[in-house]
Amino acid sequence: MNKPLLSVENLRIEFPTRRGTLVAVDDISFTIDPGEILGVVGESGAGKSLTGQSIIGLLEPPGRIASGSIKLNDRRLDNLPYAQMKKIRGKEIGMIFQDPLTSLNPLYTIGRQLTETIQTHTDMTGKQAKKHAISLLEEVGIPAAAKRIDHYPYQFSGGMRQRVVIALALCVNPKLIIADEPTTALDVSIQAQIITLLKKLCADHGTAVILITHDMGVIAETADRVAVMYAGRLVEIGKVRQVVKEATHPYTKGLMSAIPSLTHRMEELTQIDGTMPRLSDIPKGCSFHPRCPECMDVCKEKQPELIDIGPTQVACWSYHDRQI
Amino acid sequence: MLAFIIRRLLQSMIVMFFVAMVAFLMFNYVGDPVHQMVGIDTSFKDREVLRESLGLNDPVPLQFVRFITNAAKFEFGISYQHKRSVTGLFKERLPATLELSFVAAFLSLVVGVPMGVYAGIKPDGWLSKIFMTFSLVGVSLPTFLIGILLIYIFAVTLGWLPSYGRGDVVNWGWWSTGITTWSGLKALIMPAITLGLFQLTLIMRLVRSEMLEVLRTDYIKFARARGLSDRAIYFGHALKNTLVPVITITGLQIGSIIAFAIITETVFQWPGMGLLFLQAIHNVDIPIMAAYLMLVAFFFVVINLIVDILYYVVDPRLRLDLGKANGA
Repeated sequence: MNKPLLSVENLRIEFPTRRGTLVAVDDISFTIDPGEILGVVGESGAGKSLTGQSIIGLLEPPGRIASGSIKLNDRRLDNLPYAQMKKIRGKEIGMIFQDPLTSLNPLYTIGRQLTETIQTHTDMTGKQAKKHAISLLEEVGIPAAAKRIDHYPYQFSGGMRQRVVIALALCVNPKLIIADEPTTALDVSIQAQIITLLKKLCADHGTAVILITHDMGVIAETADRVAVMYAGRLVEIGKVRQVVKEATHPYTKGLMSAIPSLTHRMEELTQIDGTMPRLSDIPKGCSFHPRCPECMDVCKEKQPELIDIGPTQVACWSYHDRQI
Repeated sequence: MLAFIIRRLLQSMIVMFFVAMVAFLMFNYVGDPVHQMVGIDTSFKDREVLRESLGLNDPVPLQFVRFITNAAKFEFGISYQHKRSVTGLFKERLPATLELSFVAAFLSLVVGVPMGVYAGIKPDGWLSKIFMTFSLVGVSLPTFLIGILLIYIFAVTLGWLPSYGRGDVVNWGWWSTGITTWSGLKALIMPAITLGLFQLTLIMRLVRSEMLEVLRTDYIKFARARGLSDRAIYFGHALKNTLVPVITITGLQIGSIIAFAIITETVFQWPGMGLLFLQAIHNVDIPIMAAYLMLVAFFFVVINLIVDILYYVVDPRLRLDLGKANGA
């Protein structure tokens, strides 16, 4: 069996506030193999982005990792000192943010931002770094890269800027990229291009990706596996085909049936009633039970563990007798 | 770029024209110049001769044209009180004021910007809290009080620094400077601190709040995610993005420093233009007042022009807007 590239175990992220501690991410465990694309879906506030930020060590205070561990190639990251974590950021783990319009510093040319990043992590001279930067820009599909390298971010369109951002995240070949809603801020027509590009580049470079999004369509097309998050917990994780076709957790089923389909004519899209609970009043038992159509008595009392039922791992009492 | 500068120069000239008009109006409405110039025993006939020779009987527009023409040649007539050319008087006094103003402005930038950056990076640090408390004092204490306090401590009690004057000055052509002599430098310290303290705290608070703002932006988060060094993030990426408002305020403040050096110059008996202007007001010495008005306006216009050019240098996005505006 292959050793996983990244393994997250029992991760718990807390926000100490004046009115008690809020648990934003609770007891999450998952692994990623080299070159694999893991989709992470969930509603806003489910803890997707926080999980991503904690992996790269950029949780914003007062948020903190309360327990659990994050290991990259068996090296623990969650308790690494600031100075050493800085060497991992960009070099071994890259990150892509949601909005390409604001991810680039408006006052510097994209060439400067690329060479700066390259030279931070390698011993390349200015000339070599520039050459490398141009080849990167060509690779992400920027026409006339040699000329465009001296342009400022405002001279690029949104899609082109996201390509530059991808080039920046990939510029020293990290093993893992955390893409936090990389297409949400883009035009629908551009989204597909960017996702295809990201997928191709990661395949070429053998880079693993954590793709955080709430777009199931993107996940279905791109990811190898998908993790579904709800109210800070992982409710289901498994191969993307399995999850899309035969979702097991009632929440995942709800998500899938809320996707409009071109092939099946439906009069109305189904929706999941209610809203996700606030972090300050997550219900006892399974946090999804107030909205769950299959709710049982046990769900209101005890929290289900994530269990392996063969095709997927799921945290739901309905499947507890099927545990392998 | 060139078209932009030319356009700004034309605008500046319009501003100067209107300032000249206000300055000129002083001659006509603030007392009778002849009355100020002559003694009580001068006869009416002599007064008329003087009036005629000064051109005061000419039509007002003609007088105005003459005023502007002279002003363009830096001629502002003869001071009523000193009986000397105003230009000559200004040449003696200008270096003192400019030296004081620029040292004060330099001080406020060199100390204020790093303090602001620090307070922005570590908003909860104890040193930042000291800076912020200190800045409140600087913003709220009136200039003359700071000056008097400094004099009491360092001149009267400790006797380290002189309480008035410029010390020894060295002349370079018509320009005199106290920076190169020890006593000149000593004399400069307290007035410069007094004059610059308010600007220093203002710049510090401005840089701090801008830094706090910029450090929350996505491109700073992305810069961190790329693993750039703290120095590159704070000074390369963050500070540069705070510069546009800082340049604006600093530019305006340098103008104010020059214009309002009057108070500091009075407290420290600094032989600059402020002191000259104050005496001119006491004696209704209109040529000096008019020239001072023109000169301060001129400084403001020049500084604003420099500020606009600096914007252009700092922020590439403005170059695009300018390009559009020029149809390029």
